[in-house]
Amino acid sequence: MTHYELKSSKELRAGMGEGLVEAGKRNENVVALSADVKGSVKMDGFAKAYPDRFIQCGIAEANMVGIAAGLSLCGKVPFLGGFAEFVTGRVYDQIRQVVCYSNKNVKICGSHAGISLGEDGATHQTMEDIALMKVLPNMTVLVPADFNQAKSATLAAAEYVGPVYLRLGRSKMPCFLPEGEKFEIGKAQLLNEGKDLTLFACGHLVWEALQAAEALEKEGISAEVINIHTIKPLDVEAIVASARKTRAVVTCEEHLFNGGLGDSVAQTLALHCPTPMEYVAVDDRFGESGTPDEMLTNYHLRATDIIEKVHAVLRRK
Amino acid sequence: MKTIAELQQIATQVRRDILRMTTAAKSGHPGGSMGTADWFVAMNFQIMDFDPARWTMDGKGEDMLFVSQGHITPVIYSTMARRGYFPVSELATFRKFGTRLQGHPSTAHNLPGIRMASGSLGQGMSVGVGAALGKKMTGDNHLVYTMHGDGELEEGQIWEAAMFAGAKKVDNLIATIDYNNQQIDATVDEVMTLGDLKAKFESFLWKVVVIENGNDMQQVIDGMNQAKALAGHGSPVCVILTTKMGYGVDFMQDTNKYHGAVLSADDLPKALAQLPETLGDF
Repeated sequence: MTHYELKSSKELRAGMGEGLVEAGKRNENVVALSADVKGSVKMDGFAKAYPDRFIQCGIAEANMVGIAAGLSLCGKVPFLGGFAEFVTGRVYDQIRQVVCYSNKNVKICGSHAGISLGEDGATHQTMEDIALMKVLPNMTVLVPADFNQAKSATLAAAEYVGPVYLRLGRSKMPCFLPEGEKFEIGKAQLLNEGKDLTLFACGHLVWEALQAAEALEKEGISAEVINIHTIKPLDVEAIVASARKTRAVVTCEEHLFNGGLGDSVAQTLALHCPTPMEYVAVDDRFGESGTPDEMLTNYHLRATDIIEKVHAVLRRK
Repeated sequence: MKTIAELQQIATQVRRDILRMTTAAKSGHPGGSMGTADWFVAMNFQIMDFDPARWTMDGKGEDMLFVSQGHITPVIYSTMARRGYFPVSELATFRKFGTRLQGHPSTAHNLPGIRMASGSLGQGMSVGVGAALGKKMTGDNHLVYTMHGDGELEEGQIWEAAMFAGAKKVDNLIATIDYNNQQIDATVDEVMTLGDLKAKFESFLWKVVVIENGNDMQQVIDGMNQAKALAGHGSPVCVILTTKMGYGVDFMQDTNKYHGAVLSADDLPKALAQLPETLGDF
């Protein structure tokens, strides 16, 4: 199988931060807003490079969403950043009315997403954000898999015209994708060809899926690995083609079982090619404090958990 | 420049439009629409600098208005039509299936003049702040106006925006509060008294203009001109516009009954008899 080398361990939020500085260099209309967390969400580099284009909104996320929508009217390309829960769930109705329904060119950068946030605990560990954002008409939902992809996704979001949610984690995570690779919104990324089953993964779980595939290869099981970095619009064609080929599917995500990547894939399969499928996701529950590693392990989001689900789905094939 | 008498004539016609639109749709919000009709006419025909024929979404080179209490679409649409954004005859489609004149303002139906959806309350001041910052960033010295209900001030986001605008000296923003002391359940005083509203905004670092009678066209014009003169001097400007909900029809005033309730087909002629047709009905 295609081997992916673990090059380093880096934060995805920092990839966004680097991408934002580059986007700001390419387009003078790119502006950034943050709610008293510019360092935490890695917008400090942009604020330093373009102080006149950074807007400090204070601890007032709802107002920040409205300001971003207003700025977009004047041709600006606003990126607003905050903790994922507080720039999605907290301001769902604001996003719904002045970003999505009004169809404004606003980019929402949700850092600290998922259970791997760790020690802060459940108030900050959103595992519902993909669900909340993907149900909104006009919204595009991007979940990059590593630092390099977070950077290129940020650049793609800056070029795309329309609302975008960019999901980013806080913790250092494996960096394994090539630097500078073009991010194609809505295009699934085939990482490993296989024939016995398909692993559809997003975010931090893409690396775990690749580890699982390597281990499965040793057992003589050939797993296809596809990175669904765009949850919406979903690459239905790629998902259906792979499912038709392998006839078994496992989805892998750092999100609740309800409403995430798994449900998007399940819906696609139900409509186009019913296929045995298992989810690797968090059950209907909130998180808790612990290290990022402890969280991923105890909430069953590891390669070993994926392998277990692979065996389960193969029994159903 | 229109005379006060001409502006009053337009306002009377707008009030007729509001009542006829809402009764025809059998839904909508006539009360706040009637109360703010004079202000909307003043803004559209005298105060704001814009040209409906050259409308663009980005509003570059013209004043912008965001109506935060989106439920007063009857007055918004009537004044827009009377000002030339779209044919007056289209007012007959208000709230009907397939219309551009949605129950609450929408950008999804390509109606010129609407730049942002509103209806979920409390959001328009933030949008106005963003547009005002955008105008400053792009070197556009035109003004951004917002309009809010007094009951709407119960929404916390309003105060987030007010705090931001004062602190960041967003002085190209003029926010008007329709101070009619009525909301759906009861008077504003009963639901959540505002106390000293002027002092509230002043303490948020705004300048405040009070229009004692927002249903007196001359006072509205003078007050809004005063607000314009205060703009550009380091503070956002708040206009407290004292109005009567339902103004123009005696039995619709001094009550919140018509906030979100329309006149029956029987009551409509009685109301219209108090508002003689001036520019021709739609």
